[in-house]
Parts: sequence; structure tokens; C-alpha cells
Amino acid sequence: MIEVQDLTVRQGTFTLPKISFRIERGQYAVLMGKSGTGKTTILEAICGLRKISSGKVWIEDVEVTNWSPADRNIGYMPQDLALFPTLSVKENLAFALDIRRVPAKKRDEKVAFLANMLGLEHLLKRRVQGLSGGEAQRVALGRALSFDPSVLLLDEPLSALDAITHTTSQKLLKDLNRQTGVAVLHVTHNQAEADALADICIRLPEVIQSEL
Amino acid sequence: MKTLRQSHTRKWRDGIFFLVMGGLSSSFIVLIILLLIADITFTSFTEFRNALAKPEIQAAFKLTMASCTVAAIMSVWVATPLGYILSRYRFIGHRLIDTIVDIPIVLPPLVLGLSLLILFHQPFPFSKWFGEGFILDEFLRQTLRFPVSFSWPAVILAQFTVSCAFAVRTMRVTFDQINPRAEDVARTLGCSRAGAFLRIALPQAMRGMITAGTIAWARALGEFGPILVFAGSTRFRTEVLSTTVFLELSVGQLDAAVAVSLLMVAMAVVVLVVLRAIGAGLNG
Repeated sequence: MIEVQDLTVRQGTFTLPKISFRIERGQYAVLMGKSGTGKTTILEAICGLRKISSGKVWIEDVEVTNWSPADRNIGYMPQDLALFPTLSVKENLAFALDIRRVPAKKRDEKVAFLANMLGLEHLLKRRVQGLSGGEAQRVALGRALSFDPSVLLLDEPLSALDAITHTTSQKLLKDLNRQTGVAVLHVTHNQAEADALADICIRLPEVIQSEL
Repeated sequence: MKTLRQSHTRKWRDGIFFLVMGGLSSSFIVLIILLLIADITFTSFTEFRNALAKPEIQAAFKLTMASCTVAAIMSVWVATPLGYILSRYRFIGHRLIDTIVDIPIVLPPLVLGLSLLILFHQPFPFSKWFGEGFILDEFLRQTLRFPVSFSWPAVILAQFTVSCAFAVRTMRVTFDQINPRAEDVARTLGCSRAGAFLRIALPQAMRGMITAGTIAWARALGEFGPILVFAGSTRFRTEVLSTTVFLELSVGQLDAAVAVSLLMVAMAVVVLVVLRAIGAGLNG
């Protein structure tokens, strides 16, 4: 689970409004807001990649507000996916497991499991450059899930996909949530996407100008 | 219904555009080619071979190859972390450091050599910390038995001072072009900042490092002023090919000077071609 309490973050000359929410294990939450309301900034702050002004973040009932991103056990999938271009699909999926020095046999089993679940078996040896939008998205998803994170943060994961891939990917995300039980926080500005996926919907208020 | 008409003047204007752009561009290319042709026609193959057979020129060739290579490796070694810091982090003094890096590029070469000489031979700027009247060159020569000025290390240091500045600029641009979000994701996957740099940023920067090394090597090859002032031009000791050209000219040996110049052109071409091939291989 993840709980965010009175979180505020500065974004340039703006301070984003306070935000609080709690997502239990197995729940699928959608964070909605207009462009420029700081959705990506909030995700980065929860990951520990951006300094927060005030507030607290709990993961599995442990306060991690000042922890390093590496210790938070959060699976993060940015909007541009940010796959590692010098690594193969398999190496991308195994990256977090290699960092954790997981034994080779166990690591390979996990990669095979993820590849099977996401339909990536035939792509494992490929470099990530030539992948289609849907394939790249599934690799990023597998990479974020590989180390069994407590929570999965998805930044507009379906925005760059064509209509058919969008529908299949939407189903894949919901299935993953149900199968693995991972808490998901999915950022979007698409109401239909939110209606199809959300157990809970968090709406971001408009940004107000900082008094500073 | 609207009648379509083809504009003939637009075709003419396009032609003029290519003529102007091509004319201006080719003027530089033609100048370089003419310079090379002038050098080649001035000397003969026999003169070229005779010049290269001289033991002092062979010694200068070996020192040039070794010093340029060491200076280029040192430049990439230092420029990679510095370029990364300047690209990724914003901190107090960022702009100042960014400007300091450019000083060796804009400083007149002789001034740079003079500055190196003063640094090593005058009481050290922070001499109070090391004892009154501490002189760096004396310390290195007498205590560590590692003479720098007017010796081969001075050649490398003079080359490094300028070539590193160019390497830093190249590495800064390299890291600017690499998406930092991949390093952010690596950190959420369990990497420290060092891990994200070594595993994600550095492999992506390999081509930039090759380019920085190439530029640093080429710059070190052409270095003359600071070497002359800080290392001198003693035959068989601190003479490199750029100073050979000067020495041969000063004794009226124009043929030998041109032969050495052509050798330097050939060296530069070979190194550029080899390094570009390595860069293309990495890209492939």
C-alpha cells in the first residue's frame, strides 16, 4: 500500500496544492488533472526523485519521505518510458534483479515469467531501439514489476498508443493489477481510461500561484 | 475554378540559394585543400624520407605520439565526470565553473605557457599551508625526484591543459543529449547515483568519449606555444613535432619543416579515421 499525506511540491515558481490519498494493496487508483497541474511532478516526488516542500509518504506503513529512490520499492514507469538503450530487452527486465544480486537461476526464472506474462518472449534478445510503442511499453512495465514493488506508478502509460494497442494495454494493466496484487497509481487526463480502470479516482485541483 | 501556374522564378531563386550556400561552404574546403597541395608540391618524397630518417625527428615523433595519447586519455578521464556534473546538476558556482573551463580555450597559448611556468617556479599560491617559500617545481624535482618543467611531463601537462578544456565541452554536450530520466528510473530500480552513472549514462556516452578523445588528441598534436615556454624545445628531450617545425624553420631548413608538417597531417588523418571507425562501430 501507499499513503501520501498533505504532500506539497514546488514546480518552478508554483507550489502545487496539498494532496492526500491512500491506496491499498490490489487497488487501482487513477490520478487525474489538467495539463500543467503537476501530475508528473507528484509522481517524481513520491519516487524520491524530486524534493518535497512538506508532507509525508508511507509505503507498507513505513515512512519513506526522506529515503533514497532506491530504497522505496516503487516501480516507476515514466511517460517517455526511458528504456535503457544500450541494453537488450532481457537486460532491461533483469536490471533491478542484477542490482539486487539475485542469483542467476532465480533471475532468469523471473525474467521468463515476466516475458511470458507480457508476451515478450520473442523479443528478449532484441535491442530496445526498434521496438514498437506497445512493445516498448510492455518492456517498461516488466522492468518496473521485476522486483515485486509495493506500488506501481504509471505516468500516462497509454497516451502514445494507437486505438487497438490502447485497448489491449488497458486490459493488460488491469489484469496485472489483479494477478500480482500490486497497488497502482495511474496518471491520466483521459476520462474514459479512468472509468475503465479506476477503483479510486484522485482529482488534482488547479495550480495556484505561490506567494513566494 | 482556380487556374494553377508554375512559378519559374522560384526555381531560379532555389538555384541561387544553392549557389550562394555552396560557394561560401566550398571556399573553406578549397583553402584547406590548396594548403595541403602547396605543402606536397613544395617537397619531394626523397626529401620527406630524408627528413624522417633524422634521429632527432624520430625522437620527436615518438614523444609526440606518446604525449598526445597520454594527454588525450587524461583529458577524457577528467572531462567525463566534469561534463556530467555540469550537465546534470545545478549548484552555486555552476556558471563560474562553466566559465573557468573555457579559460584555456580563449587564453593566448603563450600566456598559458607563461602561467604554467609561474605556477611551478614562483612561491606557490597557498605556500603558507606547505611552508614559507614553497616552490612546486623544487618540491617535485628534489623531494619526489620527478622533474616537471623543461622535461617530458611538462609537454603532457601543457597539452592536457588545453585539450581537456575541449574534451569537457564535448562531454558536456554529450550528457546534455542523453535523457536523464533513464538514470532516474535506474535509481528507482535500486541504483545509487554512482550506479546510475556507471551502468546507464556512461555506456550511452561512449561515442561522445571517443569524440572527446579525438578532439583532445588533435588539439594536443597542434599545441605549440605552451610547450615552447613551459617545456622548452630541447632535442631528444622535450622536442615534439610542432616544435620541430619551429626549430627546423629557425635554422633555415624549410624542406625538413614542410616534411614534418606533412607527417603531422598524415598522423592527424590516420588517428581521425581510426577513431571515427571505432565510433561508427560503437554506433552500429
